[in-house]
Amino acid sequence: MPEWINISGIREKITDTSAEEVTLSHIDKIRNSRTYGFSAINEKAVEQAKEIDSRKTDSPLAGVPIAIKDNISTLGIPTTCSSKILEGYVPPYNAHVIERLVDAGAVILGKTKMDEFAMGSSTETCCEGPALNPWDTERVAGGSSGGSAAAVASGEAPVALGSDTGGSVRSPASFCGIVALKPTYGTVSRYGLIAYANSLEQIGPMGTCVKDVATVMDVIAGHDPRDSTSIKKDMNYSKSIEKDINGMKIGIPEEYLSDGINPEVQKCVWDAIHKMEDLGATWKSVSLPHTKYALSSYYIIAMSEASSNLARFDGTRYGLRAEGENWHVMASRTRAEGFGDEVKRRILLGTYALSAGYHDKYYLKALKVRTLVKGDFDRALSETDVLMGPTMPDIAFKLGEKIKDPLSLYLTDVNTVPVNLAGVPSISVPCGFADKMPVGLQIIGRHFDEESILRAAYSFEQNTDHHKKRPEGVR
Amino acid sequence: MITEEEVEHVGWLARIEIDRSKSKEYAEQLNSVLDYFKQLDEVDTEGVEPTYHVEDLVNVLRPDTVTESLTQEEALQNTEHKKDGYFRAPGIM
Amino acid sequence: MAYNNPDGVMIGLEIHVQLNRLKTKMFCGCSTQYHNSQPNTHVCPVCMGLPGALPVINEGAVEASMKVGLALNCEVTDRTQFHRKNYYYPDLPKGYQVSQYDYPIVSNGKVVIEGEDGELVVRIRRAHMEEDPGKMVHMGTIDKSRGTLIDYNRSGMALLEIVTEPDLRSPKEARRFLDKLRNILEYLDVFDSNLEGSMRVDANISIGGGSRTEVKNISSHKGAERALIYEIMRQKNLLRRGGVVTMETRHFDEARGVTTSMRTKEEEHDYRYFPEPDLVPLKVKDRTSRLLDTLPELPDARRDRFVSQYGVPEMHAKALTSDIKVADFYEMVAEKVDPKVAATWVADVLKGELNYRDLTVKSFNVEDMVKIIQMVIDDRITDRSGVEVIRTMLDSGGIPMDIVQQKGLMKAEDSVVSSAVDEAIKENAAAVEDYMQGKEQSMNFLVGQVMKKTRGRADPQTVREMIISRIK
Ligand SMILES: [Mg+2]
Ligand SMILES: [Zn+2]
Repeated sequence: MPEWINISGIREKITDTSAEEVTLSHIDKIRNSRTYGFSAINEKAVEQAKEIDSRKTDSPLAGVPIAIKDNISTLGIPTTCSSKILEGYVPPYNAHVIERLVDAGAVILGKTKMDEFAMGSSTETCCEGPALNPWDTERVAGGSSGGSAAAVASGEAPVALGSDTGGSVRSPASFCGIVALKPTYGTVSRYGLIAYANSLEQIGPMGTCVKDVATVMDVIAGHDPRDSTSIKKDMNYSKSIEKDINGMKIGIPEEYLSDGINPEVQKCVWDAIHKMEDLGATWKSVSLPHTKYALSSYYIIAMSEASSNLARFDGTRYGLRAEGENWHVMASRTRAEGFGDEVKRRILLGTYALSAGYHDKYYLKALKVRTLVKGDFDRALSETDVLMGPTMPDIAFKLGEKIKDPLSLYLTDVNTVPVNLAGVPSISVPCGFADKMPVGLQIIGRHFDEESILRAAYSFEQNTDHHKKRPEGVR
Repeated sequence: MITEEEVEHVGWLARIEIDRSKSKEYAEQLNSVLDYFKQLDEVDTEGVEPTYHVEDLVNVLRPDTVTESLTQEEALQNTEHKKDGYFRAPGIM
Repeated sequence: MAYNNPDGVMIGLEIHVQLNRLKTKMFCGCSTQYHNSQPNTHVCPVCMGLPGALPVINEGAVEASMKVGLALNCEVTDRTQFHRKNYYYPDLPKGYQVSQYDYPIVSNGKVVIEGEDGELVVRIRRAHMEEDPGKMVHMGTIDKSRGTLIDYNRSGMALLEIVTEPDLRSPKEARRFLDKLRNILEYLDVFDSNLEGSMRVDANISIGGGSRTEVKNISSHKGAERALIYEIMRQKNLLRRGGVVTMETRHFDEARGVTTSMRTKEEEHDYRYFPEPDLVPLKVKDRTSRLLDTLPELPDARRDRFVSQYGVPEMHAKALTSDIKVADFYEMVAEKVDPKVAATWVADVLKGELNYRDLTVKSFNVEDMVKIIQMVIDDRITDRSGVEVIRTMLDSGGIPMDIVQQKGLMKAEDSVVSSAVDEAIKENAAAVEDYMQGKEQSMNFLVGQVMKKTRGRADPQTVREMIISRIK
């Protein structure tokens, strides 16, 4: 039976047996998955594990298996963004985070499903079909890093990497009852991350507990000269969780607990706030007045950037190629056949928003609203240490429930996208159950203050039992 | 309001072939989203600067020193459409 | 005399200059030395546009662009950034070109050229940095192509696009501007014009205040002049027949020397510019004074110095400095021999012989030039022999002394010439008589006889003078 086992548990197991055995047992679990989070298994995983065994290394992740979202480039392992257009594409290079993980001794287990090109909040736009929620396989795992969340919550990988453009690690973490961190923009190199919306996204760690997420952050964060937006800052994330939260000032954005939020979810979040109070923190209401407009601003910016980022998939150098009497027709057909409906919609909307006559009305306007949204956070976080609210307005919805109506799906991101517009860090940590489905608590911090949100999340986790519950069939 | 004709034009700009019979459906879908985006018109952004980057970085530069390139084989490994070390594609006209 | 520009020609140029003296490309560390390499061997994830790759700005390219701007008397922009220019083409691996839009790195400059009627100030509107696309090889002709082969070695090379105001009034002025620009760029050591595709020109042209057309795909200075001559003629003919010139893009067919309309659907551009989110802005204006200090002496200054320092005529100074390699060559020669004599030999003789053979000054070495000039100065060979030595060396190589010896070009000793003259007079009394009677050709005969006796080593002019002085 698959089990939730954290990094220190894995390392003990390796001492008792071997990295090879640990990797083999995870591959076995993936092969028998009932949530289908993986899109590919790394053929070299066992070889990598054996090599770790032979080296007897003491690196922080020596022999620890990790699942990688399929938009992160892996040398020699297919990387498809769950899109037909990238079928068979094998990168000739590793993303920065993969280099870091491999250097730290991690074993790349395989690649996980996602919404096609990270465009979605349910992993239903994956070209191979969705990853399922281990708590209820008729429900979505969230998205777009749904495969990574399903893999971790199903006990098929102790930790995973996802990417978060508008909530894409936090949404599935919340729906699947695990922990995920969206780091401050610029903290983790995007080199090798296949871009959806460059100015918004960050790679983030996902795991069964706060400590594991911090441990993976210690490995993947840090300056990379190949990413011009990468910041030079030295941080020790695992160390930052040790301190308690006595005296911490928490802000509760009124807009995040508005009428649209499932009352049971609201209750879980209020319970969490009161728990924090018990642990010595204080809280007060704050306002992020432009929250209402964040969603439009976010989608316009993301779609605009995406329309340009995805222009390279033209059938010429890699991936799918359709027939066509000339190059332009070939490219147009390749893209019509290779992209799914949601991706095409977003490219068209983004192209429209940037086109002559509409640029100022949509794109430029969205960027100005972004300034206002960012200003909201700056203000609220100048009088508080962290902000708290529900990660998602509701529990995981049923497969097929929202996919036919794009707008209803966009609306589920209402509490996560403002964070990406502002570039601040945010973590989602389990805070209870509604209708037997996990609920996530979102804790947001100031730029580069991952320490506070990790510390708050860890204190909360260590003083509650939510993270000890398991989906059926998982130990 | 985006018209069917505009959808076809945008499809061409984005090099996504749009079947004539589907341009109406696309126009409807896009319009429902664009309708939602209209709420931004309410926001007063007079005098507000756009935020392109959330960080204040400037002058991120690299020295003019050579790093290793891919081999020709690596460069061409992801396509069957190649000839004599070149990528091969249909003509432009 | 003032040039009145009878057709009201206005020409503006957009020149793409490859900063090919840099070691690496604009946004990646791939080497720029791809010109003799196999296709797709100077590429990486960044310049091939592989998914996930990110650009990082080459500091050398920024400084080289600033230097060019400063040499063209431009201002450096306070805060500048890159934009994405979105369009689809097989040679453009990302589906967008990273370029600059509303904040070019430098703007508002000027260059003085020799116009139709004296000095002409050509204003520089702006110069911006961007990346070069790859290279397409059409299988068959472009319009009836069976396919396209693409090599991305060139993709990502740093380009500087220099845009002039429409201040040029004739194809000749356009060509002179391009020559001058090339010269300045080579002085700055940012550019080597000998590499294929190093400078590409688009020309905007209108006559009589009408609409302008844009002629693309011009790859040489000669081509620019030809394309413009053709386009002026075409526009004039069109107007004469009662037509109107419409604003359009035209393609220059170098082989046929004509421009053709390119109004296809692909040409309807909407570039959807937006700031490149993978790059951050540049604030480099504060480097201006340091870069100004490192700016080398430019062609105009060097020309003036040649006049004052070496006492060479303005015309020679201009000819010598219009190519940095010739100017460097000259200065090395002038260190060893009389600079004025050297100027004549390098500017008139050597440059002429090189141009005739389509060679550059690299084909000749300084020591050889010095030796040849020295022999002429010492009167050991004649000017004509000097020229012959240069020609022989360019055509079949060799070293000056050997050529002089093999060809017997060494001037005879004066006594040998002197006795040969005496002999010739004695042996050809009839010819002497004829000459005295006024028959000019007889003198040529007599000189020829002396040349024969000295096996051509005498200077004909000297021999002539000697004969005349002896028979009078
Ligand atoms: Mg250009
Ligand atoms: Zn490269």
